[in-house]
Amino acid sequence: MNPKGAQDKYVALIGNPNCGKTAIFNHLTGLNQKVSNYPGITVERKSGKLKCEFDDSIDVLDLPGTYSLTPESLDERVVAEQVMDWLHGINQPSAIISVVDATNLSRNLYLTTQLLDIGIPVILALNMMDIVKDRSVLPELSELEQRFGLSSAVPMSALEGWGIEELKSAIEQAITSPAPRKRKKLFEEHPEIHELLRPLSDYLLNQFNYSPRVARVQALRLITRQSAVDLYRPPHAGDHSFSDEVVREIEELRNQAVEKIKQSGLNHRTIEATIRYSWLDKLLKQSAQEEVLQLKEKTRSEKIDTVLTHSVLGPLIFIALLVFIFQAIFTWSSYPMDWIDNGVARFGEWVLSVMAPGILRELIVEGIIAGVGAVIIFLPQILILVFCMALLEDSGYMSRVAFMLDKFMTKAGLHGRSVLPLMSGYACAIPGIMASRNIDGWKERLITIMVLPLMSCSARLPVYALMIGAFIPASKVLGIINLQGLTLVVMYFLGTVTALIIAKILSKFIKERGRSSFVMELPPYRLPLMRSVFRQVYIRGKQFLMNAGKIIMAVSIVLWFLASFPKTVEENNAVNPIHNSFAGKIGHAIEPVIEPLGFDWKIGVGLITSFAAREVVVSTLATLYSVEDEGEDMVSLSESMKADINPKTGLPVFNTLVAISLMVFFVYAAQCLATFAIIKQETNSWKWPMIMIVYMTALAYVASLVVYQGGRLLGF
Amino acid sequence: MKSVTDFSPGDIFTIEKFTGSIELQSRLVEMGFVPGVKIRMVKFAPWKGLVELKIRNYHVSIRVVEAENIKVIEYES
Repeated sequence: MNPKGAQDKYVALIGNPNCGKTAIFNHLTGLNQKVSNYPGITVERKSGKLKCEFDDSIDVLDLPGTYSLTPESLDERVVAEQVMDWLHGINQPSAIISVVDATNLSRNLYLTTQLLDIGIPVILALNMMDIVKDRSVLPELSELEQRFGLSSAVPMSALEGWGIEELKSAIEQAITSPAPRKRKKLFEEHPEIHELLRPLSDYLLNQFNYSPRVARVQALRLITRQSAVDLYRPPHAGDHSFSDEVVREIEELRNQAVEKIKQSGLNHRTIEATIRYSWLDKLLKQSAQEEVLQLKEKTRSEKIDTVLTHSVLGPLIFIALLVFIFQAIFTWSSYPMDWIDNGVARFGEWVLSVMAPGILRELIVEGIIAGVGAVIIFLPQILILVFCMALLEDSGYMSRVAFMLDKFMTKAGLHGRSVLPLMSGYACAIPGIMASRNIDGWKERLITIMVLPLMSCSARLPVYALMIGAFIPASKVLGIINLQGLTLVVMYFLGTVTALIIAKILSKFIKERGRSSFVMELPPYRLPLMRSVFRQVYIRGKQFLMNAGKIIMAVSIVLWFLASFPKTVEENNAVNPIHNSFAGKIGHAIEPVIEPLGFDWKIGVGLITSFAAREVVVSTLATLYSVEDEGEDMVSLSESMKADINPKTGLPVFNTLVAISLMVFFVYAAQCLATFAIIKQETNSWKWPMIMIVYMTALAYVASLVVYQGGRLLGF
Repeated sequence: MKSVTDFSPGDIFTIEKFTGSIELQSRLVEMGFVPGVKIRMVKFAPWKGLVELKIRNYHVSIRVVEAENIKVIEYES
């Protein structure tokens, strides 16, 4: 699990969600970061090299935010599993940096007390000191260090950027001269509880060579939640999996202990937390008056929320925000899109002018430049979308959306926490599926994953944008709303509403018991760190361009060959040779199936190629038209589409109705190999991706059929 | 005995105990919902699905049906 190998020195950052852990991580490592996934699962694993003078080989590992070491969600499980490794002597870090929010000490220090039991030096990073108004309410640093047995305590502010150097020296000190551990026994006041747990803790002590303290803490944790037992169980327990007999023994002793606890009138689910908090609250000694005063104080965030989560205004503002974002995608992107369009056209013409005519020139101009160029033009729109989503998420607004919509989501068989994954789905289904790990109930999580691909992702944007740009007039509705932007909103709306309906249907079929539990912090609003927002934009942009560079280029090249060969020489130029090419034959073969939807053979080829990734349909059409035109100059894709005449009917291949039918098809169709792969990984079987492909394809076909045939009946 | 949800926004009360066996009991206690701690009722979410509470200087939301299992007494200052 260690980044490089067991011998490398490293420190681990652990803290509650929203404590500023990642900001500290960024300060400590600078740009020298590596983001990967934990083996077998899709939780992000971030590590980087510590930027410092004394040693350049120290790694920093950033673990997901958690409230406790007994896990509730899959995210938290990652931290708990890592700590299990350490308890069993595997890849121990040189020090743990426990990051706490100084404005909310007691709850944050709860986790610190758990970390202290492990026996690895703990450095306390008291973050957000800039917001603490009255420092006299905080305990003395030296008292904290002593009472907790900390390696050191460092006050700091990641936001204002101070305290970082002090934290680095604290790390240096912890690594070079580990102080003798002044370990404070947290539970000496509760001998009766340890007596009740003794059979279990003695067993752990002998079986795993735990220290008495670790054995007692683990026993306490085992009775709190079943998930603590599962950490000892093989498929999940990575390096520390134990034989079935050991796990069975642990479970039996645990159940006996639970019984004994219940008999003595105690609650096994809350003992650990109660003991720790009574110790902590005594240490922090806040008087009742101070507590009430603090509760009564209305923070800036609360004042903002009187509007943003208002029972009427709140939902309205949310809808207005969404409409604004989708309008912005169209309005803001028009200039950069023109630049890219012109750039690609000029580049194509330049290649035409410098290269000698021949197969290679045709391949480059008609295959690669036309195909890849048609897709990268949509980069600005994707960046704007990802930028807006990142702003909403990093500002803390998304948890307010979950707060407002939980009731609504529950009715649809989902969960308040499904809102964030579903909204990330507007950017890309894959991070959305990853974000669903936050949902603690398996049923709600599965349903969220199954409907997530219905949320229109940014890969559909090129398809929508191409069709809307070419076939929907840019007129104004009601004088202010751009019809093109409105059409886009309708497409997103269609996908979202369908997702909710399908979720409701799935919740009736999936038999697993759902979990109603829901505890969600509403973190203070904060200005998003532009660095982090642009990082997300950069990552998605890079991913999109890499796709364009690899998948789309490969598909474009293959497609160019299929569309250009075999070369047939026609005497009278009546039939374009493309119809007799491989691609033409394939397209014509499936044409009868898709004709009722209003699609011709070229779209058919596009539907096949876009099974790999949705945006490929655009490059496919571009390549096909480019090969067909055999032109000496570059004509834009939308112009070629508008000019295309169906030889059988003599009517244009594309019109507004065909464009809408095609967009509706893309709203519903399952067409992304990467998504299928990740769903297989997350659900551990091909069953769910298969069900998804079948239901989405059926939905796409039927919906397009209804749109096209219905539209024809109405006379469009 | 009264529950959190019997109060109106703005009221402050002290946690007395939990009733029923709600699944999120462990999590609530880990987040500092221990008997004796004071809470302010902040607001209900639109459509009353969730309730927002302030405790230990942070804001948290839980479902109304679950909040009914947190028994409290009014705080007199």
